[in-house]
Amino acid sequence: MTIADAAEPAVSTGRKPVIEIDDVSKVFGDFTAVDHADFTIAEGEFFSMLGPSGCGKTTTLRMIAGFEMPSSGAIRLQGQDVSNVPPHKRDVNTVFQQYALFPHMNVWDNVAYGPRAKKLPKDEVAKRVDELLGVVKLSDFAKRRPSQLSGGQQQRIALARALVNYPKALLLDEPLGALDLKLRQSMQLELKRIQREVGITFIFVTHDQEEALTMSDRIAVMNKGRVEQIGSPREIYDHPATVFVAGFIGQANLWPAVVKANQGTTTTIEVAGRAIEVADDRSGLRPGDHGTFMVRPERMYVEPQLSDPDRWTVDAVVTELVFQGPVVRYELRLPDGSGAVAHVPARRDGLPIPGDTVQASWSDESSVLLPGSPDQAPTVETGPPITAPPVTRD
Amino acid sequence: MAGENSLRKGRRAPYGLLSPGMLWLILFFLVPMWTLLRIALSTKPNAFLPEYEFTWEWSNFSDAVSRFQPELVRSFSYAAAATILCIAIGYPLAYYLAFKAGKYRSVLLAMVMVPFFISFLIRTIAWQTILGQEGPALWFMETFRLVTITDAIGLTSSGAFLNTPQAVILGLTYNFVPFMILPIYVSLEKIDPGLISAGQDLYSAPRQAFRKIVLPLSLPGVFAGTLLTFIPSAGDYINAELLGNVKTSMIGSQISKLFLKESNYPEAAALSFIFMAIITIGVLVYAKLLGTDELSA
Repeated sequence: MTIADAAEPAVSTGRKPVIEIDDVSKVFGDFTAVDHADFTIAEGEFFSMLGPSGCGKTTTLRMIAGFEMPSSGAIRLQGQDVSNVPPHKRDVNTVFQQYALFPHMNVWDNVAYGPRAKKLPKDEVAKRVDELLGVVKLSDFAKRRPSQLSGGQQQRIALARALVNYPKALLLDEPLGALDLKLRQSMQLELKRIQREVGITFIFVTHDQEEALTMSDRIAVMNKGRVEQIGSPREIYDHPATVFVAGFIGQANLWPAVVKANQGTTTTIEVAGRAIEVADDRSGLRPGDHGTFMVRPERMYVEPQLSDPDRWTVDAVVTELVFQGPVVRYELRLPDGSGAVAHVPARRDGLPIPGDTVQASWSDESSVLLPGSPDQAPTVETGPPITAPPVTRD
Repeated sequence: MAGENSLRKGRRAPYGLLSPGMLWLILFFLVPMWTLLRIALSTKPNAFLPEYEFTWEWSNFSDAVSRFQPELVRSFSYAAAATILCIAIGYPLAYYLAFKAGKYRSVLLAMVMVPFFISFLIRTIAWQTILGQEGPALWFMETFRLVTITDAIGLTSSGAFLNTPQAVILGLTYNFVPFMILPIYVSLEKIDPGLISAGQDLYSAPRQAFRKIVLPLSLPGVFAGTLLTFIPSAGDYINAELLGNVKTSMIGSQISKLFLKESNYPEAAALSFIFMAIITIGVLVYAKLLGTDELSA
């Protein structure tokens, strides 16, 4: 519990809102790209919009940037309605997916573009550009053309070019999508560092849940144009609000459940033919309702004999064991025929093997009851659209 | 030994592949140029015989310049006017094709090229009919009493379209505008629309984003288009012959007249060389001014 509390960032502590998305919808023809999105983003926050491709996250970002106008609702930037203000009159800047660096200008001129367009005095432009090139650690590359830089360097120039304007919010559209894994991981930390350094609100769009969990103060999980849940990474992981969120973020065992009784925040349900209690239930389900019961694989224990009587347990048979290094992945079959997955630390001995009858168990705080049926989870690979490497021109 | 042999073969392969082209260039470019240069420096001892004597006759050049100075000036000014008109017409069209045409793009591109299916000569003759005294253009002007206005703004000369410098420039513009549109289109089409978004995101109004991003990135296309329209326009003589009058004749007609009618090969050759030299210098200066390194790269 204390770890969880420590990981909760101080987001909801009454910081001033920078961006208010007020009941915004966007319709293209008969396709609803964004469906009544309604949330606010606070000053200095690292806010992510996460979801599979086509979930509306990029459309929402483009509406904040001004490239799309909302079909209904309003977007406010520091309290001012900017719903129909064109992009060049909005104090937000974007880091584009393919960077969109100007190929006919060198790095310095690329970064200076915004301040010059704003007609800032020459020495102010120079001061800011040099400062930002320092922040992204590319001062030595000022005279290079973008095509002479690596993907990671181009990425940082795109970041500097946007941040140099000290925008009220920085919008990042899958900015790490075109980088390879190693570079992406180091850029995640780099982005975090830069955000702390400049203190500007970052609004980050990604399909990569790990990326969102690593970097964000808060995450909005989106699906089919709707915002499914907004919360800190910890909240969203531990207390998903919907089956989609549970399945999209991390791995989850999802079983159909029937509610038997409510008592305060504790709900009794029937899962796999067993009566089980769920503590701290936020599902709002009433007795007789069908729902989904979730336990994360790494919160499951797999033992020949139950070692802690405070845990909930079901009988199971090991059907598969996969050694994955730090953990062993068990595939289990429960008495009612449904399956389960458990990740347990890879100890050297005493591990059950396929065919063994075991006790699969979890403690109270590890389980969540969700409204809706398990088949609402994203089934297929909710992977990203394939992004080509950035095009370099000469 | 075998390895060394194959290595040597490998080194020769590029030259082998180059040789047809090289041979072609030597036979049909270098040799004729050499011959032309020799003729330009020759004298013709007998006016009635096609015989030349190589005598280092440099005066052919100065004679040609002094005799055909008006035509030289006219050729380059008509070509310049036509090129400017081609840019004015071609750039917006290419821009539309590249960014706005959507699904009609290929149809419109085909329409740009359709005139090529008809002979250059026939198309120019068609303009004689359109612009002539009985033609639809003048009929329109007279019906709506616009002739005084068109005279005043210089579109017509004393109530006539045909046989004026304006008609020659119009003919040149018409005939060469596709050569302006296509290279500009290609250079615009290569521009990532994301760059324009980025410009607008960075506080540039659409017009400023065009000036600072699209225009500079399309200059190589404008440069190529200018070469493709200016050089053939300056050397063209069909338009001047068919749509102009004796006072609009361009350098191309003079060279052809010298070669074919006067059989004065040395002076014709000298004039050709002068023309080529001016164009080459002009192109280099233009490339320098526009800052395009396409030529050297």
